[in-house]
Amino acid sequence: MRANLLGVINLIQEPDELGALTAGRCLAAVPFGGQYRMIDFTLSSMANSGISRVGIFAHTKYRPLIDHLGSGQQWDLHHQRKGGLSIIPPTIRDDCNEVPGGDLVHFFQNRDYFTRNSCEYVVLARSHMLCSVDFKPALAAHLASGADVTVICKQSKDLLGGKARLVEADGDGRITAMQRENGQAESGLISMEMYIMRKELLLDLVITSLAQGQDYLVEHAILSRIEELHMQSYLFDGYVGVINTLPSYYENSMELLRPASWRSLFARHGTIATKLNDEPPARYTEDATTSNSMIANGCIIEGTVMNSILFEGVHVRKGALVRNSIVMQNAVIDMHGVVDHVIYDSGATIGCGRELRKAE
Amino acid sequence: MSKKKMVAMLLAGGEGKRLGVLTQELAKPAVHFGGKYRIIDFTLSNCAHSGIDTVGVLTQYQPLVLNSYLGNGSPWGLDRRDGGMTILPPYVKQKGGKWYKGTANAIYQNIGFIDQYDPEYVLVISGDHIYKMDYELMLEQHEKRGADVTIACLQVDWKEASRFGIMNVDDTGAITSFVEKPKVPVSNLASMGVYIFSWAVLKKYLIRDEANDLSGNDFGKDVIPAMLNDRVRLYSYTFNCYWKDVGTLDSLWEANMDLLAKKPSLDLNDPCRPVYSVSPNRPAHYAAAGATITNSLVSEGCLIEGDVRHSVLFCDVQVGPDSRIQDSVLMPNVKIGKGVRIYKAIICEGAVIADGVTIGSPGSSEVTVIHESVQEGEQPCVQIYSA
Repeated sequence: MRANLLGVINLIQEPDELGALTAGRCLAAVPFGGQYRMIDFTLSSMANSGISRVGIFAHTKYRPLIDHLGSGQQWDLHHQRKGGLSIIPPTIRDDCNEVPGGDLVHFFQNRDYFTRNSCEYVVLARSHMLCSVDFKPALAAHLASGADVTVICKQSKDLLGGKARLVEADGDGRITAMQRENGQAESGLISMEMYIMRKELLLDLVITSLAQGQDYLVEHAILSRIEELHMQSYLFDGYVGVINTLPSYYENSMELLRPASWRSLFARHGTIATKLNDEPPARYTEDATTSNSMIANGCIIEGTVMNSILFEGVHVRKGALVRNSIVMQNAVIDMHGVVDHVIYDSGATIGCGRELRKAE
Repeated sequence: MSKKKMVAMLLAGGEGKRLGVLTQELAKPAVHFGGKYRIIDFTLSNCAHSGIDTVGVLTQYQPLVLNSYLGNGSPWGLDRRDGGMTILPPYVKQKGGKWYKGTANAIYQNIGFIDQYDPEYVLVISGDHIYKMDYELMLEQHEKRGADVTIACLQVDWKEASRFGIMNVDDTGAITSFVEKPKVPVSNLASMGVYIFSWAVLKKYLIRDEANDLSGNDFGKDVIPAMLNDRVRLYSYTFNCYWKDVGTLDSLWEANMDLLAKKPSLDLNDPCRPVYSVSPNRPAHYAAAGATITNSLVSEGCLIEGDVRHSVLFCDVQVGPDSRIQDSVLMPNVKIGKGVRIYKAIICEGAVIADGVTIGSPGSSEVTVIHESVQEGEQPCVQIYSA
């Protein structure tokens, strides 16, 4: 069934502390989990919830993202008659050369994107929340509560090094306070940065807040109205990984090796779709040894792989050892090379007998 | 519609009787192969890599799975405004419909389809074979020789020669004789079922063949011999890479095992010529702490806790702890419980093998085929095919 929901993935000023991983690509395009890019999780969640119109507000380093998304066919979002996928690049205003900073300006400049369709509600999301969410019950809860804004939240026990916004809610789930900045809390109720509201309210907030000199939707427009707006929390009970720092990237990758997390992401709410590369099945030779690892198609395993995630087309040569590591697309670990506690980005190479280990 | 130099006609209606249970509800071209593919992927990918953008797929027997698998042809780059893939089942005409009587009749019934593109050449191929070939090179030779017909061929084992269309050629490569499935073969040069015809010549012979009530309307048995008889210019095109007709369960098992060789003669990993297929979009496979996997192909979505040796695992296969899989082919969604032993078997799509079951025996010369789930303590209902 189609949902009366417009999906918006907001990449303006992504909360990015991923260092070298985002040197040449935006956070949304960072490879994750053997074959995915970060955006696949949010985008697939939307598509699997019957959302047929998704707008991605791109900001910086989005060329790899556009390559990845293509026409949106993998997510069944290439049907332009029903809306489909729109990638909305930042607009540079005629009167200045700068790309404006806050998301409110970008929403305002593209307000016709919002008005030119019949969706009544909008769900805004970011790309750094690793999860598979069904937005249909969230929308139903939004309608039942009569709230102005519903915030999808997670009771988090350990953020694994990620940074998120803490939320306080009363006994009825009504939000009484929200942190302005993302913090590295140990535990608590966090915002998954997914907000459901009426489209008209969003446009209203955009226009009035801009007029008041504000820049950001959540930090300014919503937070400054926390008393006048009825904001309701909606608790999500599946796996959530907050991935915006290198430790959280590493730790959440390793979480995929635990069956419960794996199931919550991949077997709970539809398929996580991604761009496909036509790689053959992974090939193991007679000397291969593997343990507790996720290995994508196209890999050739001649050596040893333990507690690791190998992306498509990785070649682990004879005598090589990959341990506690994440090795991205098409990397070659040469004969007797050792990779231990390493995030190995695509394009990197390690020669015969060389060792890469975590600094002690 | 714009003119095309060459249009491909892919025969995909084969019943594949000798594949037994595998083709009960499936046309042979849709049978799973190589851990990820269906047999037809190879010919469609060949078309894609040979610059052929107009392909008619002739379906007949059990077309449902095949039709939905092919979709609009986009995995093979064949979703085109001009040309692309067209599925051509037999259809009802004013005088009533007719089943495709033979390979030549299937093309005859679609003369109108081919004429839309006004091609110079027609490539006739079969969706039953596994090979990687550049049809453009074959066309180059066809043009250079000024041939009317070019038939791709390869040397086969003399013992197997009587399974194929067997030809004799002179030193220029011209075909001097052609006999379909001869009892006593006079040569071991076998037709691969890959033909390039100059369309004007083929059309004339198709019409003539159709008018002949005694004809079986088959390329190998009727049309090619008639052309040879009339001294039409028929040439051979020699191919010397991997080619396999997986007509039997044995050869299907064997072809899967061929992929596990140290240097397989069919290279699936060649980045320049990948084999395209419809991907199920599943996550990377997971090898658990206790798993052992050697000499095997393992596809996406698999969850391996046991011991997998010299086997081919399709997507979403699960192998429980303390189970051993050896010399076997596990098709999509097969679930293997704990403490299972499987030797030299083909386990069909979706079968569930309960804890403690043993299938086949080590060192067996026979391939065991399981097409239904096996409960705990139950004797599996097997089909055995001797090698």
